[in-house]
Amino acid sequence: MGTFEFLLQGVAIAAQPMNLLYALIGVTLGTAVGVLPGIGPALTVALLLPVTYKLDPAGSLIMFAGIYYGGMYGGSTTSILLNTPGESASVVTALEGNKMARAGRGGPALATAAIGSFVAGLIATLGLAFIAPFVVKFALSFGPREYFALMVLAFVTVSAAFGDSTLRGLTALFVGLGLAVIGIDQQTGQARLSFGIPDLLDGIEVTTLAVAMFAIGETLYVACQGDRIPEKVEAVKGSVWMSKEDWARSWKPWLRGTFIGFPIGAMPAGGASIASFLSYSTEKQFSKHKDEFGKGAIEGVAGPEAANNASAAGTLVPLLSLGLPTTATAAIMLAGFQQYGLQPGPLLFATNPQLVWGLIASLLIANFMLLVLNLPLIGLWVKLLTIPKPWLYAGILLFATLGTIGANPSVFELGMLLTFGLLGFAMRIFGYPIAPVVVGLILGPMAEQQLRRALAISQGDVTSLFMSPIAAVLFAVAVLAVVVPLILRARGKGEVLSQFAANED
Amino acid sequence: MKHFFLASLIAGAMALPAFAADYSIIAPAGPGGGWDQTARSLQTVLQDEKISGSVQVINVPGAGGTIGLAQFASQNSGNANALIIGGYVMVGAILTNQSPVTLKDVTPIARLTGEYEAIVVPAASPIQNMQDLVTALKADPGAVSWAGGSAGGTDHIAVGLIAKAAGVDPTKINYIAYAGGGEALAAILGNQVTAGISGYGEFEAQVKAGTLRLIAISSAERVEGIDAPTIKEGGLDVVVENWRMVAAAPGLSAEQVAAINADIEKVVNSDSWKEILKTKGWQNTYLAGDAFKAQLDKDVASTEAILKDIGLVK
Repeated sequence: MGTFEFLLQGVAIAAQPMNLLYALIGVTLGTAVGVLPGIGPALTVALLLPVTYKLDPAGSLIMFAGIYYGGMYGGSTTSILLNTPGESASVVTALEGNKMARAGRGGPALATAAIGSFVAGLIATLGLAFIAPFVVKFALSFGPREYFALMVLAFVTVSAAFGDSTLRGLTALFVGLGLAVIGIDQQTGQARLSFGIPDLLDGIEVTTLAVAMFAIGETLYVACQGDRIPEKVEAVKGSVWMSKEDWARSWKPWLRGTFIGFPIGAMPAGGASIASFLSYSTEKQFSKHKDEFGKGAIEGVAGPEAANNASAAGTLVPLLSLGLPTTATAAIMLAGFQQYGLQPGPLLFATNPQLVWGLIASLLIANFMLLVLNLPLIGLWVKLLTIPKPWLYAGILLFATLGTIGANPSVFELGMLLTFGLLGFAMRIFGYPIAPVVVGLILGPMAEQQLRRALAISQGDVTSLFMSPIAAVLFAVAVLAVVVPLILRARGKGEVLSQFAANED
Repeated sequence: MKHFFLASLIAGAMALPAFAADYSIIAPAGPGGGWDQTARSLQTVLQDEKISGSVQVINVPGAGGTIGLAQFASQNSGNANALIIGGYVMVGAILTNQSPVTLKDVTPIARLTGEYEAIVVPAASPIQNMQDLVTALKADPGAVSWAGGSAGGTDHIAVGLIAKAAGVDPTKINYIAYAGGGEALAAILGNQVTAGISGYGEFEAQVKAGTLRLIAISSAERVEGIDAPTIKEGGLDVVVENWRMVAAAPGLSAEQVAAINADIEKVVNSDSWKEILKTKGWQNTYLAGDAFKAQLDKDVASTEAILKDIGLVK
């Protein structure tokens, strides 16, 4: 049987009424748990995996796929509505999505996230079915130096995409990079800048920083304004559905996000956060509405959400074809597969075709269920924002705190949350963008580790960094990304550029 | 009717002690890893075998388990319902992080499972066996790059022991630390490094598919079902086992410790536990009581010695 027949057979099994019900239950459970702030997809899957053990293999795979996709989508809902990202990949979603929500466009933001996730999930799952072997080959050609080049590209494009002042953007980025070196150095096992505090040994948790900077800083900022500012939060302005213009502005970012997310997700050290960052800066480049970025541009939700979901399907490429779990979520999935006596790896497609295609078909079904479940719920979700402002922000504070304690029950973590909240508050007052701080904390350690691995392997030879064709191309693109705007500016187009540069807040 | 309710309430209350304890298990790592899986497996068996009524797993990630350990020891003194998962990686992490809380501050109950280290090279590598690898290592230690898990962990310690046994200065080894076996595996498959070292389970599928060559396993004797010589057969006296254990809170009475020991023994002897070990590829290395404590002291001493040799502990 060819690929296509296997897939059809898988879909036929997954589309049986009982299995559809399992998919619906899975998606509902996943969304419900994923919506809790601070709980990312990994923890959602870990908590709910035992539920699937009671079913037959087909049913449990299907429910599992539902939980997985539901958990991811639930996370973006809280990012958009409450500005409390539950994992590093939803940081970008919170950036534009929450601005949209507070401008009364929470409905379209949630809708573009849901439909974008669906489109990306659909294309990426089909990609998983048909081109996984080729993608794996490409992904494995990435060694430390190629990853380092990719990180450099991400740094350059992302820091250029944030804020209207390069200096302020870079300052914020370096605050993040400074925070990133705290903790045990992975290559030597030695503690850095931890000042003897055990809680700092593992570095600063990205979600703690993101929730503090976004949610707590925001709440303090709103609180200190008192009654002086007019009521800015509008629950619903216009339709809760996407307008014709929203569709027109969303479909290209969905596709671009998918094509950025899938290959990067398939890379063993890629991951959804890099994909969502790159998608965000790409959308800002391509958008005709650059002035809206930082104020709630729908492209800035559509692209990264699609990239996030495509990257999740991309993660399954190394998992299924190499047995390589590249994220915490994938590691839990691996544990799940082993329950059915399924050993992911190079032989899986040959030894267990029914189960593999069953899983891929389940993902398609779960993806569809997610849309069915969530589109009608959007009207309900945005009602959250009609809560009077003091209550809403009190609620945000409560959930931000609960989420942080839930993920890491420690008093010190709570102290960090509040300290970073104050930092975010101060940065807002003085007009510094806050997203680069989070970006620095996420990308900094990855870039550092990859650079040091590359140099250790080459025994200190710096030129070897540029000796691989892939790395050389990536470095060249990064250089172009810096140089081209400078040339444009020198040729008198600077005004256009600065007009495009949006205010972060 | 009233009496009936009362009676059933009393009966219910009397029935409760049949479930000895409602355990809460701390997995001192994020979800997905070996400790988390051990904690959740223990949870499943304790509940399914009706040894405990309800069992809760709490993830306290960080710093090789020392964060969770410190929190566990300080908050649970005298609490007979609290358990923590730990293992060999924790022994190393306590030393490299100079953790103020050590395994002496908790009550070790039993060693549960273990996994041996496997040394692999890419299929295209000119290195055919352990002797080839040792020859290359002796010629230029820096030119042999090893991919494995976190610095100071079991994988790193094993490489240090191999270098030492081969007469190579352990501080000269070129060890490339990855966040986990998965990321390291990608580097090995992509021919980025000379050799890879991690738990056998991480490499099993690739070895069977022929994309990796398994050149040695770190057990004392050959392991059934694994087609590879031991490091000993390769001429180096090195045996490493990455074991996992369960420990209880400090300040417990002898009866309380005995009760926990009995519960864990029931788990280990149950069919569902054996089934889990089989599906996850874990070796049963159950060792409890004083024998375990003696073994633990031995492991701590030898780990400290090798970490000093590698230069990770001063």
